[in-house]
Amino acid sequence: MSKVIIIDDEPLARSVVREYLQQHPGLEVVAECGDGFEGVKAIQQHQPDLILLDIQMPKITGFEMLELLDQPPAVIFATAFDEFAIKAFEAHAIDYLLKPFNQERFDKAIGKWAEQQAATTVPEKNTQELLEAASLSPSQRQRIVVRNGSKIKIISVNDVWYLEAADDYVKIHTTEGYFLKNKTMAHFEQSLDPAIFVRSHRSYIVNVQQITRIDPYEKDNHVAVLRSGAKVPVSRSGYAKLKEVLGL
Amino acid sequence: MAQSPLSLIRFRVIFIASWMIILADHVMLLHFFGLPWQAAAVDAVLSNILLLLACLLVMIVLRYYLPRGQQYINVFALCLLLTIAWLLLSKWLLGLLLGQYEGYKLLLHNSLSIRFSLAFLLLGFITMVSILWYSQLEQKEQEERKKDAEKLAREAELFKLRQQLQPHFLFNSLNSINALIGSRPQEARKMVQQLSDFLRGTIKKDETQWVNLKEELEYLQLYLDIEKVRFGNRLATAIDIEEITHNLKLPALLLQPIVENAIKFGLYDTIGETVIEISATKEENHLLIKVKNPFDPETSSPKQGTGFGLNSVQRRLYLLFARNDLVTTEAKDNIFITIVRIPQA
Repeated sequence: MSKVIIIDDEPLARSVVREYLQQHPGLEVVAECGDGFEGVKAIQQHQPDLILLDIQMPKITGFEMLELLDQPPAVIFATAFDEFAIKAFEAHAIDYLLKPFNQERFDKAIGKWAEQQAATTVPEKNTQELLEAASLSPSQRQRIVVRNGSKIKIISVNDVWYLEAADDYVKIHTTEGYFLKNKTMAHFEQSLDPAIFVRSHRSYIVNVQQITRIDPYEKDNHVAVLRSGAKVPVSRSGYAKLKEVLGL
Repeated sequence: MAQSPLSLIRFRVIFIASWMIILADHVMLLHFFGLPWQAAAVDAVLSNILLLLACLLVMIVLRYYLPRGQQYINVFALCLLLTIAWLLLSKWLLGLLLGQYEGYKLLLHNSLSIRFSLAFLLLGFITMVSILWYSQLEQKEQEERKKDAEKLAREAELFKLRQQLQPHFLFNSLNSINALIGSRPQEARKMVQQLSDFLRGTIKKDETQWVNLKEELEYLQLYLDIEKVRFGNRLATAIDIEEITHNLKLPALLLQPIVENAIKFGLYDTIGETVIEISATKEENHLLIKVKNPFDPETSSPKQGTGFGLNSVQRRLYLLFARNDLVTTEAKDNIFITIVRIPQA
């Protein structure tokens, strides 16, 4: 018996999925969730084999919810209309369903999932790639969702001072202290608005709106002083990038 | 084609009167220089008829060919040539007709330069007036065309703005209907009806650009009913409309995008039940509509929440009233308020 979780904010949308799932006796719905917060909890609790996920949901999107999971399960997206999602799915998702979809189309998606299960491909890899692809799409992120223990925190990019590389994580320094996110610097460099966030150093990305001044520091190097007083290292190439963005 | 200035009776009278005055002047002047009345009259009539023809010719040419930029030199050359042609022709004809009068040939010869100057001045004057007249006509036409184009564009934009429908709403509604068909077919049928009525409203042509608030609210109710089916218990509405506002006018389909925006903002920014409050009052000469939705100040700045829905409403009101201050928003505690003012005629 494989475990399935349905995550969608519209009750009728969940009910239609449940109805279609009746044709698949090998699949059992272990939880139904109306938003991403519930989704994270349920996924941690049940460790499902497959989730059916909506994208536009209260508070956090389906993408953001997946980002919060250490080991995302296999995902089939069900969404009404989302161009950028479609692009991402075509490359990496197990499948995506455009609402409304019929039993036949649904069965096909479940079939694809079963095939991948049988071929013992690693579904997490798929989901990871999907997330990368989605976050690299031209729409820039306006916020970053992080998990802090059991609490989920949504950070507006305007509140971010700078980002710092820390081993496998990125430290996000904000007005309320720092948060860790299991991502690469390259990921943030590409997904944040390049007019505001500049990679000033191999290990730092700085919010230029927070910079009050840039001081020389040792030879060839500089240091950016932020409004909060924090100091962010600036390499030679980083200095050139900053000058360009700031129009100096 | 542009109308000639002589098509106006007023101008025709002035033109003919001026011509008569010049003619009379001509006769008197020649008589003063010793020519008998009869000879002076023949000279004047002949020269001036020829000059009149030259003037008309210039007017006709300019009617079809209006000079631009460098081409003014062509017009100057035309005037000069016409004047010379006129002078030669009139000299030849006058010599034939009046050569027998004593001293006429000498007089004619001596007056050639004066004749030339006067004719050139007159032709130049007529040319200038014609150019002014025709370019002013052209400008007027251009302005009218521009105005027409602007009006068309404005109407098209208004129509588009009225029609704007979020594909999310449509597809999700269809998905809800799909779900209801299996479990509650009666409700599915009802929702199909509501959705159809709603869609019919959005594609209605502009015969009904303006509606009264009561009609608009009936239409809004269709939308709210559909959304309530979609979101179930999460969505509740509180509508408070003052009796006095029922017959106040507003542009059709204006409220729905505002409420849609509030619902989206409210539902996607909070968890749990969302109450959307809609109220209408009359304030001075305005219909005042307030739509309130909850939001979470922690996660969204109100600026982000205004989004497309309100931009299109603002644009519509700007196109209709040429005012940008009719849509305002404020955020108080956890409530976001959209306020729309509709001026009443």
